[in-house]
Amino acid sequence: MKLICSLKRYTAKAIGLATLALTLLNTTSASLCAQDAVTILKRIDENLSSKNRITESSMTIYGRRSNRTIVSKSWTEGDKKSFTEFISPASEAGTKMLKLDGQLWIYTPSADRTIQISGHLLRQSVMGSDLSYEDMMDDRKLSDIYNVKIEGRDTLDSRDVIILELTANVSDIAYYRQKMWVDEQRNIPLKQEMYARSGQLLKRAEMKEIKRIDNRWYPSLVIYKDMLKDGKGTEFRTISIRFDQQIPSHIFSKASLR
Amino acid sequence: MKRFLLKGIINDKGRSLLPIIVVATGTMLTVLLYSWLTGVMGESIRVNANFNTGELKVMTLAYSKDSDQFPNDLAILDASLLINDLKEFEPTVDWVKRVRFGALADFPDSLGETRGQAPVIGWAIDIFSKESLESQRFNLESSIVNGEMPKRAGEVLISNELATKFNVQPGESFTLFGSTMEGGFAFYNLKVSGTLLFGASGLDRGAIVMDIEDAQRAFGMEDACGEILGFLPDKYLNMDNAERIKVRFNNLYSQQQSTDEFAPVMITLRDQAGMAEMVDYTDAVSSIMVFIFVSAMAIVLWNGGLLGALRRYSEFGIRLAMGESKGHIYRSLLTEALIIGAIGSLIGTIIGFFIVLYINVHGVDMSSMMQNSTMVMPSVVRTAITPTTYYIGFIPGIFSMVLGNALAGLGIYKRQTARLFNELEV
Repeated sequence: MKLICSLKRYTAKAIGLATLALTLLNTTSASLCAQDAVTILKRIDENLSSKNRITESSMTIYGRRSNRTIVSKSWTEGDKKSFTEFISPASEAGTKMLKLDGQLWIYTPSADRTIQISGHLLRQSVMGSDLSYEDMMDDRKLSDIYNVKIEGRDTLDSRDVIILELTANVSDIAYYRQKMWVDEQRNIPLKQEMYARSGQLLKRAEMKEIKRIDNRWYPSLVIYKDMLKDGKGTEFRTISIRFDQQIPSHIFSKASLR
Repeated sequence: MKRFLLKGIINDKGRSLLPIIVVATGTMLTVLLYSWLTGVMGESIRVNANFNTGELKVMTLAYSKDSDQFPNDLAILDASLLINDLKEFEPTVDWVKRVRFGALADFPDSLGETRGQAPVIGWAIDIFSKESLESQRFNLESSIVNGEMPKRAGEVLISNELATKFNVQPGESFTLFGSTMEGGFAFYNLKVSGTLLFGASGLDRGAIVMDIEDAQRAFGMEDACGEILGFLPDKYLNMDNAERIKVRFNNLYSQQQSTDEFAPVMITLRDQAGMAEMVDYTDAVSSIMVFIFVSAMAIVLWNGGLLGALRRYSEFGIRLAMGESKGHIYRSLLTEALIIGAIGSLIGTIIGFFIVLYINVHGVDMSSMMQNSTMVMPSVVRTAITPTTYYIGFIPGIFSMVLGNALAGLGIYKRQTARLFNELEV
């Protein structure tokens, strides 16, 4: 009888210890995974973000009737200042956009007016594209505004990818949740799905033509698709990009709009 | 026999006066209420047709699927050609180009910086052509509370509420910011020529009415338009004719519609959101009116008939005693009811018609009651005079009189000859 009691006691202790060990292991593993995920997200930021940059890009919008390509040049400093000038087509040439501390102004030579875009208008499409003003304005680092965890691993376009799930930790954000397929070797997202807080899929982005530019990987082509509207999506192609350039401060002033 | 009964009705006022007054009153009310309700509903439908739906509307197939969002990127191209085709196809209809749009009105300060912004809903119509009836359809001149009608390109009318909110006076400029037909930035400077008060909050919150050529320039829609509206020549909505035209047009373009999402497609007012219910309701008004008054008046006249029959109890007794058959007495009673009903209905219709005519000409100003209305409703309501106005009163007038007397007269068949002689004290 004593033997049975002792056995029971030992068994209970063994189970308790095993459970504790498993819990510790699990917690440590989750913590390590989260750490890995944070590291990956920081590496993505290192690839995509910069102190400042000068970009020349084209945006091809696939409409139901015709396609349009808009070429623009942008000067960006950190995540607070950005200035864009549209170069072509002729109807858009000379139109300029200025972002300063979360505020956005547009100037057009045809009306010779500077108009501030604010509120719900920021969620509107830019020139019929699949991108909103909010999308174009938000240059914040992903690691600053999202909590992240690894959801799994997969293969995409013959490349090994880690699937990250990002959940916003700030309130002023367009997409509460994101799912990101990150190239394991190059730490660059190859595909992104952006969701609303309700869980509705709002946008999808596919990154193509990943190139090595100044010791970083950068996608030359991003195909955006607004999932709430018909159409074939919008192609955003980076024609040229120069990181960490000297940008004169007067560029980021309202005077430079005119 | 009928002549005999008519003489009886005319000479025996106790038999006919009260029923005629009751029938005439009921008939007058029927005519009045029918004309009022059809007038109010008809005016609402007409105003909606003028502002939004037309009696017929032509769009591209793709536009028609999202027409409530005014997708001008799917607008009709070469609209003038299509208008010419439509004029040949159905010359009696007035075909007009329209551009509907949603945009942002940006009011500048003295330095040209944004002073205030508001979303606006716009109507672009043909304001300047001499032969255009569009300004009348929108009742623009009467709706102006400050300023004047646009006289040249670049001048627009904005809602008075919008003007008050941003302290805008006629003569001041603002910028319309939206999307061109191709999806590009649309910035267009406009000058306020006057401010409008339509009397419907849905419109008065942020309406802009501008000339179609200005809108075409602003939104890069040269010779394009979102919608072509058709207005039939009839004074009152003629849905049957509109339906026939629609079917003919769509048959003509059916092959193109099956392969090309930009093929023109025609719909009627009924096919547009909420309008079918509104039209059906208006059509049902006469039936509802007839039913209510037949029911109410049948009860009143039944009571009157019973009183009359009681008063004429001795008369029927004598007639029965003289050998007149019960059926003959009953039929003569019904014939009398028919004559009294017809006379009462005629008098009621004539009186009702003159009241209806007065309200039709002068109208009733309901603007103070419609300040919070979200529907496009007319501020001055008028009665409608339609062919139905002339006969609608006869239906309850005659039917209820005959029904009332038929019910009251059933007592004749219950009279027993033995009791009759007893009652007559023979």
